[in-house]
Amino acid sequence: MNIRMVLKSLGIVIMFEGLCMIPSLLVSMIYHEDDAVSFVISILITAAAGLLLYKIPIRNSKFYERDGYAVVALSWIAISLFGAFPFIISNTVPSFIDAFFETVSGFTTTGSTILKEIESLPRGILFWRSFTNWLGGMGVLVLTLAVLPSVSAGSLHIMKAEATGPSAEKLVPKLGQTAKILYTIYTVMTCIQIILLLISGMPLFDSIVHAFASAGTGGFSNRNSSVGAYGNVYAEIIITLFTIMFGVNFGLYYRLIRGDAKGIFKDEEFRFYMGTILASVVLITINLYRNGLYSFGQSLRHSSFQVGTIITTTGFSTADFNLWPSFSKIILVILMLFGACAGSTGGGIKCMRILLLIKTARREIAGIIHPRAVHTIKVSNRVIGEDTVKGTLIYFFIYIMVFVVSTLLVSLNGKDLVTSATSVIATISNIGPGLGGVGPASNFSDFSAFSKLIFCFDMIAGRLEFLPMLILFSPMSWKKGSI
Amino acid sequence: MKVIIIGGGKVGYSLAEQLSREDNDVTIIDKDPDALRKANENLDVLCIRGNGVSTKVLYEAGIDEADVLIAATESDEMNMVCCLTGKKLGAAHTIARIRDPEYADELSLIKNELGLDMVINPERAAAREIARILRFPQAVNIEIFARGQVEMVEIRVTGNMPISGMKIRDISEIVSSSVLIGAVLRGNEAIIPKGDFQIEEGDIIYVVGQPSSVTRFCKKIGLYVQKIKNVMLIGGGRIAYYLAKFLEETGMRIKIIESDHDRCLALSELLPEALIIHGDGSDDTLLFSENLQEMGAFVSLTGHDEDNLMLALLAKQAGVPKVIAKISRNNYLNLIKSLGIDSIVNPGQITTNLILLFVRGLKNALGNPIKSLYRIVNNQAEALEFTINESAGFLGIPLKYLKMPKDVLVAVIVRKNEIIIPHGNDFIKKGDSIILIAKNRQVFDLNDIISVEGSVF
Repeated sequence: MNIRMVLKSLGIVIMFEGLCMIPSLLVSMIYHEDDAVSFVISILITAAAGLLLYKIPIRNSKFYERDGYAVVALSWIAISLFGAFPFIISNTVPSFIDAFFETVSGFTTTGSTILKEIESLPRGILFWRSFTNWLGGMGVLVLTLAVLPSVSAGSLHIMKAEATGPSAEKLVPKLGQTAKILYTIYTVMTCIQIILLLISGMPLFDSIVHAFASAGTGGFSNRNSSVGAYGNVYAEIIITLFTIMFGVNFGLYYRLIRGDAKGIFKDEEFRFYMGTILASVVLITINLYRNGLYSFGQSLRHSSFQVGTIITTTGFSTADFNLWPSFSKIILVILMLFGACAGSTGGGIKCMRILLLIKTARREIAGIIHPRAVHTIKVSNRVIGEDTVKGTLIYFFIYIMVFVVSTLLVSLNGKDLVTSATSVIATISNIGPGLGGVGPASNFSDFSAFSKLIFCFDMIAGRLEFLPMLILFSPMSWKKGSI
Repeated sequence: MKVIIIGGGKVGYSLAEQLSREDNDVTIIDKDPDALRKANENLDVLCIRGNGVSTKVLYEAGIDEADVLIAATESDEMNMVCCLTGKKLGAAHTIARIRDPEYADELSLIKNELGLDMVINPERAAAREIARILRFPQAVNIEIFARGQVEMVEIRVTGNMPISGMKIRDISEIVSSSVLIGAVLRGNEAIIPKGDFQIEEGDIIYVVGQPSSVTRFCKKIGLYVQKIKNVMLIGGGRIAYYLAKFLEETGMRIKIIESDHDRCLALSELLPEALIIHGDGSDDTLLFSENLQEMGAFVSLTGHDEDNLMLALLAKQAGVPKVIAKISRNNYLNLIKSLGIDSIVNPGQITTNLILLFVRGLKNALGNPIKSLYRIVNNQAEALEFTINESAGFLGIPLKYLKMPKDVLVAVIVRKNEIIIPHGNDFIKKGDSIILIAKNRQVFDLNDIISVEGSVF
């Protein structure tokens, strides 16, 4: 591994993070909050650390796939460390582990929190929390690629490692251009959502916070009871629609801009995603209504909001679904596993992979009935290469393994099965709330420091789809003089 | 500029590499996932898997907005169909690689009927390159600029040359002022020399000037130009055929050694003037019995790089003055250069360079001033040809007042048909072509590198 080159790239990302803290500083100054100083200090520390790393002299500039993965994994850990400074310095989250957890949860767009009381926090800090959601959604490194003037070809590995889904594809030949297009679509959609939320009657600051959180499918709210606090049906509808839209592959929006509207509806993953949402909403609505929890209208309102926010792994809440009947809860857990589309800002296994897994399973069964039959796996009439299929199977296996091991370690806290298991799912899939003790009305503050670190690992690993983190922590990558 | 390349083989890959580095949007279409993976991992290009003939694939690659479509697959027919389809779907320019000699005679017809903007035949291009080298045997390498009006010749300085130990400034006064030393390779380092640079024994110098001036310069420094009379070619493939055709025109006598009997018969029909020997070219007894030592030049053109290199070394050892080997892989170029073979010819590389020249010409028309770019001195420096338009900020100002970075040199000014080797008092006018030699720079705008010193105004 070319450590010097990796650290140098890391330096660029960290300096860039310092730049990304400036809007929070401005917000803090506009609202005359007393956390402005902590932002100034954090920006200085971050920029200085980044510059120091950037100044490392490099011996050779060879950059391979493994280096790309290492840069991504280290960057995510580093930005979470530096991103925690405002929380610590402003004394809003004095414990280092808690602040780190909160930042990781922000950048990975998980939206789990250790904060019991959110509303009293200064606005600069609240803005920074949501801004990490927004940055992490599309990817901090992708943003760096979009902003840096010259992008070397080796940077594709970085984008591949950070973008979601089984195979990252460029929209246009130039990587930097692709990153710019993605971020433009992302920014425009976020702005539209802010405006719509304003029209619905939400205050400006809250609109921005909630738009950031839905764009990144993060789920950080500035209210203790999340979106439910407003009791505003229009805002809920806007947030539901936008979270679902942010869970769609951004490549499809690019095709839409290019005038290929039909292509969206022909896309198999999109249809699967929409079908899953519709089916879940119908089933949960009926289930809630039949159980007499809400009126029909209320059942539809809460089920559609919850389905939208859970499948896209955003994790807002309008109702405490912990109190819902088991059937509805199980559907929500299944949606937590499914996640949004590949190439979106959402987390989870991704609909694309679920589709591939189903098709692969079907092929194996067909292979037993017709042993000599040759099947290729196609999605949207495109042949999926065998290496992508293999990658998906391995991804699924790793997902299960990380889930099992993490649940085992978290169970040391002595929580019940549902809490332990769903807290791990909620972090690996970057959702936020789980069920039981980590339901929408509760938070993660009760866990031990060790468990919180496990959660942090799960969140970053889940956001980066495992390989970068596993490569980083694999002794094979670091052995000196390895062959 | 948007470029679509069909076929990600050696030529397709190196074209994509060069073009994407020059900031073009490159899309590669290929059927082979492995070729695409390599391109995708190493280059900043878009890769699409599929058949380049299919309209669906071409549309996906954005054919309707493409400025250039380059078809460089294995098959001539496929290349033609790709270009035909591409043109119909809206590609502004099409370039096809067509190598079968059967088509060579029909080339202009094919070109017109299919609306091709450029047809390239790698073997023919390689043969032309070899023929050019053989006509000028002393130089290790020759590049041409400005449609053949300017040459750049690579010369290794030996101790008995009068220029050894001279300063550049003195050379232009004592030896000849109509040529210019554009670059020097000392050891492995390329240097763009200024007036007080001293030439030493063992340097490789790059002399730029009109062909006749360069020839005169070579005579003056003791490289007498001797015409080659006999040439031996090993391998009777397409390059050998084209090369024999070219060389026959200059009156050289040609001997081709080919191991396949049928091919020998065909060649003797096609090339009545040449002597065709049926035998194994890698058999040294055969080569010596065919008077290898008496040959003025030796060209190894078999299908195996290793054979070609070994044969070239054998010929060099036997004392043949000019030895050329054809290779098709670029991997060990530095190693091969140290072997002492006079020239290495790589048809794929020549094809790439010619297509690049053409594409850069198109780009020039789009407002970018580079007319052509050659990588010289082991890829360490570039010779760039620019056309000067009115946007240049340094028109009519003598060169000595212009400020230029250390590693950039104005080597030649081409004004209509006049070639000027510039000195301090010469100046650049609108409509001139100039050739710059620059070291390791990404130069695309002249105004970035040449600026006017404040004192003039």
